[in-house]
Amino acid sequence: MSAAVTARRPRFRVGSLVLPSYAHLVILWLFAPIIVMAIFGFNDTHGKYNFTWAGFTLKWFLHPFGIPTLVSALTNSVVTALSATTISTVLGTMLALASHRYDYRGRTLIDAVLVMNIAASEVVVGSALLTLFVTYGVGLGFVTIVLAQVMFSIPFVAITVRARLAGFDPALEEAAQDLGASPLQTFFLVTFPVIFPGVLAAFLLALAICLDDYVITSFVAGNTQTFPLWVFGATREGVPPQVNVIGTFIFGFGVLLAVGGATYRTWRERKLARESAIATRA
Amino acid sequence: MTRDRDLPESLDAAWLRGLTQTRITRRTALAGAGALSLSAFLAACGIGGTQQNAVSHQNWVWDKATKAGTLDFANWPLYIDTAEDSAGNTTYPSLVEFTKQTGIKVNYSEPIQDNAEFFAKIAPQLQAGSAIGYDIIVVTNGIQLTNLMAKHWLTELDPTKLSNFFQNGSKRVLNRSFDAGNRFTIPWQSGFTGIAYNTKKISREINSYNDLYDPAFKGKVGMFTNTQDTGNLTLLGMGIKPQNSKPSDWQKAANKLKGLRDSGILRKFYDQSYIKALSAGDTVISMAWSGDVYQANLSAENTDLKFLLPKEGGVIWTDNMCIPLGAAHPLDAITYMNYVYDPKVAAQLAEAINYITPVSTAKAVVEQDAAAAPDAATRDSLQATANSSAVFPSDADLANTSYYRELNPTESTQWNDIFNAVILS
Amino acid sequence: MAVAGRIAVRRPALAMRLGRALAPYLLVLPGSTWLILFFLFPLLTLAITSLMSGDFVSGFQLTWNFGNYTYGLALYATQYTHSVEYGVSATLIAFLFAYPTAYWITFHAGPRKSAYLLVLLLPFFVSFVLRTLSWETLMGDDGPLLGPLKSAHLIPSDFRVLATPIAVTFGLAYTFFPYMLLPIYASLEKIDKRLVEAAEDLYASRFEVVRRVIFPLSIPGVFAGVLLTGIPTTADFVNQTLLGGAGTTMIGRVIEQQFEVSANYPLASALAFVFMLGLLAMLLAYQRLFGTEELMRAR
Repeated sequence: MSAAVTARRPRFRVGSLVLPSYAHLVILWLFAPIIVMAIFGFNDTHGKYNFTWAGFTLKWFLHPFGIPTLVSALTNSVVTALSATTISTVLGTMLALASHRYDYRGRTLIDAVLVMNIAASEVVVGSALLTLFVTYGVGLGFVTIVLAQVMFSIPFVAITVRARLAGFDPALEEAAQDLGASPLQTFFLVTFPVIFPGVLAAFLLALAICLDDYVITSFVAGNTQTFPLWVFGATREGVPPQVNVIGTFIFGFGVLLAVGGATYRTWRERKLARESAIATRA
Repeated sequence: MTRDRDLPESLDAAWLRGLTQTRITRRTALAGAGALSLSAFLAACGIGGTQQNAVSHQNWVWDKATKAGTLDFANWPLYIDTAEDSAGNTTYPSLVEFTKQTGIKVNYSEPIQDNAEFFAKIAPQLQAGSAIGYDIIVVTNGIQLTNLMAKHWLTELDPTKLSNFFQNGSKRVLNRSFDAGNRFTIPWQSGFTGIAYNTKKISREINSYNDLYDPAFKGKVGMFTNTQDTGNLTLLGMGIKPQNSKPSDWQKAANKLKGLRDSGILRKFYDQSYIKALSAGDTVISMAWSGDVYQANLSAENTDLKFLLPKEGGVIWTDNMCIPLGAAHPLDAITYMNYVYDPKVAAQLAEAINYITPVSTAKAVVEQDAAAAPDAATRDSLQATANSSAVFPSDADLANTSYYRELNPTESTQWNDIFNAVILS
Repeated sequence: MAVAGRIAVRRPALAMRLGRALAPYLLVLPGSTWLILFFLFPLLTLAITSLMSGDFVSGFQLTWNFGNYTYGLALYATQYTHSVEYGVSATLIAFLFAYPTAYWITFHAGPRKSAYLLVLLLPFFVSFVLRTLSWETLMGDDGPLLGPLKSAHLIPSDFRVLATPIAVTFGLAYTFFPYMLLPIYASLEKIDKRLVEAAEDLYASRFEVVRRVIFPLSIPGVFAGVLLTGIPTTADFVNQTLLGGAGTTMIGRVIEQQFEVSANYPLASALAFVFMLGLLAMLLAYQRLFGTEELMRAR
């Protein structure tokens, strides 16, 4: 027995170095462009191009919104994404509820369409939408962007909420109805609070996808600019450092959200632990 | 006087048959054919003049147009004089002057990065009959401008409001074959497509199109994705005059480009970002537009990059101002279009943009500005601009350049397919 | 009196039963209408447009022109191949990076598991155009990475990463990395730790545990990841435009150019439709093997 243990240990030590180093190298690879992006936000460039280091400056951080077209593109991005995500969260949650609770006719068809939507490449979907809008003379712009973004975010919402619903105990709903609650009351007082984390996760996921969408939006945006479209267009002439600054802000915001969420969770856990400790003591 | 517009087909039982079919009347077909075919070239010689007069005005808005006091001007990036105010914001001195003189406020934007891309953005709106939100757009002569005119998506200009243009515009820009009589467009600036190279990285003299094929520059050569620029320059490089070329010539040119790509000498087909690659050192020699090199050197605060026209011949193109259909402030637009043909304004723009100005008399103004310059550096730079053949080309320079080969719709599809087979591969 | 009581009881029950029967359809109606209008119907117009001919100026008419398909495939066959090549390579690279990382996080990161997952996903908060641009800056011929290496003569001076298929492939793997990582992580997470313990109790080496217990149980996640990564990577054209060079064009870019630049809608639609049919075939094969339920659950 001891021989087997000692024989295993050296192998384990090598393994215990290689694997974590590999994982951390991958993490470094993931962060490399973010680091570059942040650093070049401090670049004191005089010309249009921001790829050679010319000195350190804080001026871009002090005037990040100095380019009006960039600011309006950002605003467009945020407004379209928020509108689209709100609509798609509602529609997608409804789809998820229906598929989870009931077995209706056409259920497998809808499932197939949802999967097809996720799997369908953006180029195909974007170009199909463009042909649709062009054929029927629909002006491209804000509205078409929202229409398109709702369309491709519904499946993500439906699947995320369905995953959350899968762990949902139907006994809770039955109990509520036994106590006289109408279906609507059951939903708002029992079901929704329980699935809320899933719905929130779906909302945030859809929001991230809509904000960052380039391909489909580029087909249907017409004259309107969103942030990814603006940045891609700016690559021709040289992306100004303000874009790097805004990107760094967005990343910082993400860090704050993540840290905030984690802190909130640990705070909740500690609070619950404290309360249960008090309860048991009492 | 009626607005000739293509109305979208209404949804009825025949929708399968003609989803995007436009209504073609005899008049639009005539006008379309007139704009597209080589007969337009004849029109410049005077035969088409009468023919044009026989066709009634298209999108004539000048009877009812009134000054609105505001103007939405869509242009290409780095295509106007700029300055920085105390807060670090960009201002446009010539536009500020214009507002002072006429009281018209200009909303300037730079949404145009590429003719085809911009056209693709505005076409659906124009097809649906709605305005695109701009009063002046700047489009290069080529397939997209031809399409805009053929689809009647431009407002016809009133010559009586363009006195500066007819008085000061240089011979070359008046009455170009792609828009006989300047009915719809007047030039903003022109430019050359030629070759640019980094003098710090290449010590020998560059003077020929075939220098782009030098194996010494392997992996460091750039060409354009734009089929018109690349195709026409290659034809010239092979000694073929674009206007006389046939599809078999185009195929030969495409094969030559294919060889360049396969040998690994070519790094990439670039859009406008070629200048970034050249500045970064990703390429050492590349197809280029004349004014970009000036801007890049200015930006890098050195004179490393040099532009030249290949000895076999360069390409000349014109970016044109035009008023799209449904423009909200046409009178303000045409006032501005006339304003830029004042020699002083033209000089101001030429000094900043460094592309070919359409007002040849601006040269004298630039020389005056050079003489009156406050310091030696400014004087030298202004004098260089006045002497530059990229801003004030001589007739000899111009003789060795050629416009894009004019293409009707069938030809343009063929042209695109032949060259895209290499460029998009 | 008894009759009146019976009638009074029956009516609400009928209404409730009708409501309950209609409920799923009412819930599903808005979402599915939206999908039909803006997903399925456009695909139909795409198919119809692909059978048209004409040009932009005089308009396109439906002429049942199947020639668009043969013409398009003949002209752009290499670009389809590029897309498949780069898509497969990028998916493979993403898998090779994602699996060990997900494995390490699940089984060795202990209490910091969710923190690590968050850290891994944080970079993707930033717009992917920006991230790809930063790669372009980082990988420039004389940029911050290659420049010093070249001056130290560690690599030849004409070495380059940009404008090569390698840059495109790694760029793709990078952009779509979370689509590979998350499903794999989800399925690894679900593995009952006691199975691992049981295997170890039966004298299995670490490697054998992975090979015979962990990996087979994680296969649904792997296949979901492969699918979710493989499809967008084949269709992407942004990476290739920014990081690629001559001879690396993928079919996505051709389709986009044909739509936007050449305005040759029928040809572009034909190319897009062929691409979609190819992907659909892959999807059907996958569904035949694993069923969509696996895909739903693995997420």
